[in-house]
Parts: sequence; C-alpha cells; structure tokens
Amino acid sequence: MKLINQFKLQFKSIAENVAFARVTVAAFASQLDYTLNDLEEIKVALSEAITNAIVHGYENDHQQIIELTVSLTDAGMEIRVEDKGKGIEDIARAMEPTYSTDPERMGLGFVFMQSFMDEFQVDSAPGKGTTVVMFKKVNSAAANPEH
Amino acid sequence: MQWNFEVDANTLVVRLAGEFDLGAADKIRRELDDALDSSEARHIIFNLSSVTYIDSTGLGVMLGRYKRISQYGGKMALVNPQPQVKRILELSGLLSIITEYSDETEALAKID
Repeated sequence: MKLINQFKLQFKSIAENVAFARVTVAAFASQLDYTLNDLEEIKVALSEAITNAIVHGYENDHQQIIELTVSLTDAGMEIRVEDKGKGIEDIARAMEPTYSTDPERMGLGFVFMQSFMDEFQVDSAPGKGTTVVMFKKVNSAAANPEH
Repeated sequence: MQWNFEVDANTLVVRLAGEFDLGAADKIRRELDDALDSSEARHIIFNLSSVTYIDSTGLGVMLGRYKRISQYGGKMALVNPQPQVKRILELSGLLSIITEYSDETEALAKID
C-alpha cells in the first residue's frame, strides 16, 4: 500500500469534537474516490470511536486528549483513534451488540464500526487506554483511474 | 443542532434539525424529560425530516424516551427520516419497534 496523505490531530475530549472530527475526516476522505454512502459510513464509524473515547475511555472528563491519525493509501483510508483512558476490561464482551455500560446507550457503537468498515481492531488494557484502528477500502477501479 | 417541542393533546411532537450526536444528546435528553414531566403527553413523535446525521448516541436518546413512555402505554412514532438516517435506524432495529410515518398529520392521527 502506498501512503498518499496523512494527518495527525489531538483534541480535547469534549462532545463538540465528535462533529469536528467527523467533518474533518469526511473532508480528508473525499481525496479518495469514495461514494457518498461510503462517506456516510466512515462518518458514523469515526463518530462512534470518538464518542466511546469521550464517554467510556475518559468517562466524560473533558480535560483529556484524544489522538486521531488518518492515513490515505491507494487501497483506502485507515483511521486510528487513541485515548489514554480507563481501557476496556473485556473487549469481546464490549463488542456484543446489546452490551452497554450505560442504559441510555444501545451498545451499537462497535456494531456500527464493524459493519461500516472493512477492517476493525481494538487494542485496550485497563488503566492504559484504548486504540481503535479501522480501515475502509476504496473502490479499486476508482483509485486506479488508468484501469 | 436545532430543535423545538410542541404538545398536541396527549402527544409531544419533537422536531429536530441538524446532526444528532453526542454534541446535543445531553441537552435534548434533559429537555425531553422536562417536557414529559411538565405535560400530559403520553406519546412522542420525532420529526426527523431535517436530521442530516444520527449515530448510536442519538438513537440512545430516542430509545431511552421510548422505554420511558412505553412503561405507561405510550407510543413513539418517527416522521420522514432522510435515507442515511433511515439506514441507521433500520440497522439498529429501532424501526421494528417504532412506527414510521410520512408526515406529522398522519402520525398524530394514528398514534393514539
């Protein structure tokens, strides 16, 4: 995979930054030939990852920092969302569709990330934080216009 | 995101516009609960025609209110979600428990 473009961003763990990150990543993603539907899926997956970092990782402590790294390659886009929050005790359980530690939330965050992205990985350790890495393929014909 | 509420007989009509995510969720949740506390409304209609984005946080606000009103026999309805919003609603399973209508008039006529 050839790296075409990349950015790294650090921002505070506040709710307003979910939309900020979503708009930023969607604008960056438009450098590749994604469909509008792909962009919508990327926006939801990214928002779920940032929301999890704020609500679960940092438990709504707004003084913490989330790091977002987005890489565009000829194959697609990789999104990495990293927090240094409380981490996840049991990743397999957290990824069950109806699992949520908060009755107001539906436990759908991981489901949307998994459904909408082609690759999805969570690394987490209690007390150390959580890193989510997701990859969305771009249509190969569109990414290689000579074909 | 912008929103306004209106009570029509026993139904709270909630009109939302913009992006329904964590940025607005807490405030909308509080105001919805206040509106339910201070009115005779049993049912809720969410008019989603101007909502351009929703994720699990927005869905959670709706589901939380659904749980609350359904305890007392209340019903929830949705009006006219845009395609990208409707897809999220479908994937979440919310559309299997909440009825969708094409406009507020129809929703108001049929919800009770």
